[in-house]
Formats: sequence, C-alpha cells, structure tokens
Amino acid sequence: MSIEVRIPTILRTYTDGAKQVEGTGSTLGELIADLESRHAGLSARLIDAGAQSPALRRFVNVYLNDEDVRFLSGLDTPVKDGDTVTVLPAVAGG
Amino acid sequence: MLTISRDLYDKIVAHAREDHPDEACGVLAGPAGSDRPERFIPMENAERSPTFYRFDAKEQLRVWREMDDNDEEPVVIYHSHTATEAYPSRTDVSYASEPDTHYVLVSTRDEGSTEFRSYRILDAEVTEEPVVVME
Repeated sequence: MSIEVRIPTILRTYTDGAKQVEGTGSTLGELIADLESRHAGLSARLIDAGAQSPALRRFVNVYLNDEDVRFLSGLDTPVKDGDTVTVLPAVAGG
Repeated sequence: MLTISRDLYDKIVAHAREDHPDEACGVLAGPAGSDRPERFIPMENAERSPTFYRFDAKEQLRVWREMDDNDEEPVVIYHSHTATEAYPSRTDVSYASEPDTHYVLVSTRDEGSTEFRSYRILDAEVTEEPVVVME
C-alpha cells in the first residue's frame, strides 16, 4: 500500500531533502504516524498534540488529492493506496 | 537583492492600492533557480482584513501546482500594510515559510505615495535587501 506525500521546501529537512515520500495508513492520522517513524519530527510540524485532542495545525494546509482535508474529516480522513497527500504551509501574515 | 521589472513593480503597487484598506497579497513566479520574477499572480486575501492576510487554501494549491508544472517557484511573495510601515510584522515573520523567497512589503498608509521594500526571512530573522527596478 502506498500513498504519495508531497513535502514543501520548509519541511524537507525532515526528509533528507526529498520533495516526495511514501507512506501507508488508512487515515491521514495513521499516515502521518507512519511518516514519523521514518522522518522523526515531521509529525510535530503537522499536528498540534494539544489539550483536548490532536488536530492538524491551523496554518498548515493538507490536501487529499484536490481537497483541503479541513473540509473532509481532518486527521480522520480515510486515505488509500494511490492517493496523493500534499502539504503546503499557509501563506499568511499581518 | 531583488531585481524586478517596472511592469511587475507597478502591478504590485496597483493591486495594493486597489485593495486598500484591506491587505493585498500575491506571488511573482519565476523559473526555478533563476531568482527572476516573471509572472504576476495576485491572490485573494481570504481574511479580507486591513490587518491580516491569508492565501485561500484551495487557490494556493492550484497556484503551487501550476508553478510546479511550469518548473517555476514563488520568487516573490508580496503583501501590503495599510496603516503601518512596509516592514515585516512579528506575524509576518512567524508565518514566513518559503526560505528562498523575497518577501515584498508594500505600504499604502500614505495616499500620495507607496512604500515598496523587500526582505529575506530565514529562521525568524529579517534581512532587508535593495530593490532594483528594471525599466
């Protein structure tokens, strides 16, 4: 089972410079945990372990194929072989 | 140093003026590794605020994918300040996430003139750089 994960420039320090890595899992949360096992520290950049329950960080955009996972089920979003997950840090400021 | 054509400089200023008093934001894409801004991509400010900006997530995916397909990268990310100076705020610094990008700040606080300055933001450190406009 293989899901392609596209990594933005700023997170490539966790992937030895790779702009794309592969992982497995049946939900986005599981996929991220799987990536963490090979790319330590990546999970903390994506997930806020938080007080109540873990959630995707607010200013990181994660997309499953073309959809923003905020409009799906966040970390519980089901993922499957052949999917592409894209991570883009939000561009924002004040 | 940021080298930018007069045409792109004027387009950024016009965008900032048009959206004032909301902050305007956008990207100048250029060939990957060239450090040359070529393509003007004004973005929607999903916050529509006079003090905050955020690229709409869906639009950002489309634009970033397009740049990838064109072998381009975001050479410049610009936004405007509508009441303060053209200098990165603490918020701007904390969200800066493209290490190779020139961050352009424009200020529209003065009706008569527009400030246009450029910076690198790396590891939370701001370094101003000269802007060279090619006529």
